[in-house]
Amino acid sequence: MSSTEVSTIEELANKEYKYGFVSDIEADSLPLGLNEEIICRLSAIKKEPEFMLEWRLKAYRHWLTLTEPNWANIHYDPIDYQAISYYSAPKKKPKLDSLDEVDPELRKTYEKLGISLEEQKIFSGVAVDAVFDSVSVATTFKEKLSELGIIFCSMSEAIKNHSDLIKQYLGSVVPYTDNYFASLNAAVFSDGSFAYIPKGVRCPMELSTYFRINAANTGQFERTLIIADEGAYVSYLEGCTAPMRDENQLHAAVVELIALDNASVKYSTVQNWYPGDKNGKGGIYNFVTKRGLCKGVNSKISWTQVETGSAITWKYPSCILQGDNSSGEFYSVAVTNNYQQADTGTKMVHIGKNTSSTIVSKGISAGKSNNSYRGQVKIIKKAENARNFSQCDSLLIGDKCGAHTFPYLEINNSTAQVEHEATTSKIGDDQIFYLNQRGIALEDAINLIVNGYCKEVFKELPMEFAVEAQKLLSVSLEGSVG
Amino acid sequence: MLEIKNLHASIEGKEILKGISLKINAGEVHAIMGPNGSGKSTLAQVLAGRKEYVVTSGEVLFEGKNLLDLSPEDRAREGIFLAFQYPVEIPGVSNTNLLKTAINEIRKYRGEEQLDAMEFLTILKKKMKLVEMDQSLLSRAVNEGFSGGEKKRNEILQMAVLEPKLSILDETDSGLDIDALRVVANGVTKLRSKDTASIVVTHYQRLLNYIIPDFVHVLYNGRIVKSGTKELAFELEEKGYDWLKDQKELVEG
Ligand SMILES: Nc1ncnc2c1ncn2[C@@H]1O[C@H](COP(=O)(O)OP(=O)(O)OP(=O)(O)O)[C@@H](O)[C@H]1O
Ligand SMILES: [Mg+2]
Repeated sequence: MSSTEVSTIEELANKEYKYGFVSDIEADSLPLGLNEEIICRLSAIKKEPEFMLEWRLKAYRHWLTLTEPNWANIHYDPIDYQAISYYSAPKKKPKLDSLDEVDPELRKTYEKLGISLEEQKIFSGVAVDAVFDSVSVATTFKEKLSELGIIFCSMSEAIKNHSDLIKQYLGSVVPYTDNYFASLNAAVFSDGSFAYIPKGVRCPMELSTYFRINAANTGQFERTLIIADEGAYVSYLEGCTAPMRDENQLHAAVVELIALDNASVKYSTVQNWYPGDKNGKGGIYNFVTKRGLCKGVNSKISWTQVETGSAITWKYPSCILQGDNSSGEFYSVAVTNNYQQADTGTKMVHIGKNTSSTIVSKGISAGKSNNSYRGQVKIIKKAENARNFSQCDSLLIGDKCGAHTFPYLEINNSTAQVEHEATTSKIGDDQIFYLNQRGIALEDAINLIVNGYCKEVFKELPMEFAVEAQKLLSVSLEGSVG
Repeated sequence: MLEIKNLHASIEGKEILKGISLKINAGEVHAIMGPNGSGKSTLAQVLAGRKEYVVTSGEVLFEGKNLLDLSPEDRAREGIFLAFQYPVEIPGVSNTNLLKTAINEIRKYRGEEQLDAMEFLTILKKKMKLVEMDQSLLSRAVNEGFSGGEKKRNEILQMAVLEPKLSILDETDSGLDIDALRVVANGVTKLRSKDTASIVVTHYQRLLNYIIPDFVHVLYNGRIVKSGTKELAFELEEKGYDWLKDQKELVEG
């Protein structure tokens, strides 16, 4: 290797996390620790109705009976749940209807992230519900949506203003007893997004949320609930970047999607939380429960995710195919670099007749990272004519990383048709050299190969998100080949 | 255009090129022949900048620039093209995408305008005709599942699109059927001009019936042991390489 090459590779490897900055907004937080009193205070700060507090307390009591799962193919030091503050909010709450009143510090933060709310509002037709730390600080396009009867607001607002829907649907897909992190989330969730699309309405724009984790030591517990009533359609985008931190930060979100008869929900995520530095220090722990319920006939739920961030990711967006003829999709690109660990995949549970599911998973491992796919396809006894197609590909960059695939099949009906394909490939030096020889430099060569590999997933993303995803991928793979 | 001076190169500590000197002027075609393992591909790869090969001494000037100081991509952008003996497969990347990226990278380096999709396709169509290549190969992933002959033809298509100053063809003729050989050779001949030069590595005199070389060099055990005109190729075809081996002083230098 020539000396110029060595230095460029080092340079690339040393590039700091682009969005690693800390914003100076004063936060008012609850003291560290978790107990019933903290939960009562949290609920009181948020002026929640009584039923919500009761639900939180039930969840908390249930959580106390659980032990942290350790079956995923990931390793981390034990989390001290008493060393976390369960609430922090920007002190100055801007008015939701005027962007001018948003804290200038916060505005600057958005600018660094390349998110200009005005521009988003004017040019892209995307309604942005920006979640900064734990409280929604700005919501746009609300009026336009409400004309159609669409409710798009923060979870806190929904709890106060749409308690019927909350009572009916919150926890109906991911009950507070579901798993360790889902119980914790139910007990302490601070905010999140809520969307309801009424019967027969096709949501005319992509709904979108940007999440950020900011205040140090504040665990983030977002809760999102999206309901598409009969014949409704909605596409929802979730995107995240987070500032650099030394301490590991826990993130345990819950997302619930519900599609009634003939409804469809498309949920896309581009996730770029701080992955830790090149020695594996710091970074976000991302333990998320995402699940969609195809409740009605002919309903459809589609998950698309591009995961590039977090030190540890533990995440399985799933579909429960309850309605006859319902379908579920999961398209995923998961990238790990340096010391990142990811254990992701999906679960497709076929309950109704003629249900179908599609799984396309593309894992990319670089550096010393570990990337596992864990997917379950379950077809219950009465699910006649269920169909599943799964494709799980792994791409290795360098030879110190790992890729693992754990497919689980549980088929209890003989009419089921299940197809599974899996491949593992590696970006070879000879491929890189070939592209170099055609005038394409190292980084661009890797991008070309990686983007080609991820094509099937990217084409599922809304246009502007696909572009962002490609950029993210190249940033997260910088310096991955030596 | 290209001047190689006493070039030594080794891989994994083993010396493969043991002092090569060669001068190539614009407008010339040089054929390089020689037995298996003599170092022909090594020379080609060293010129293209493959980092596994370590240049231990010597110098290479390309249009007055010190070639060995340039990265492989910059050498390509300066106008050096290598048609690989064994082109690799790149799954997921379409042939068209590779070509469009490559041509625009090269143009960027030279301070030229980027081609838009239409302009690029116009050029591509023209060059496809030149190598009589099937349209369907364009949308397929680079070399993936291509037959041996298709891969070689694809190399020539890339060369035609990128319009290099110096093209190095490493056994582009092996594995081609008679018709393909004619097509590839005609393609190369059509791209010949007074401003470009080629190094053609081959084992067979028959290619040189189509691409008529100005000079023929015999590479043997890491050295050029004999140079001549196209007649030398006939002589080699007839006698093999053994008679050169007997010339002991040539082998041991
Ligand atoms: N990676 C490597 N490690 C060790 N030896 C190598 C390596 N690559 C090439 N060589 C050796 O270098 C010598 C020259 O190889 P090269 O490919 O240049 O020969 P060639 O003249 O192109 O032969 P052919 O006509 O068969 O294509 C051979 O002895 C080969 O085994
Ligand atoms: Mg060779």
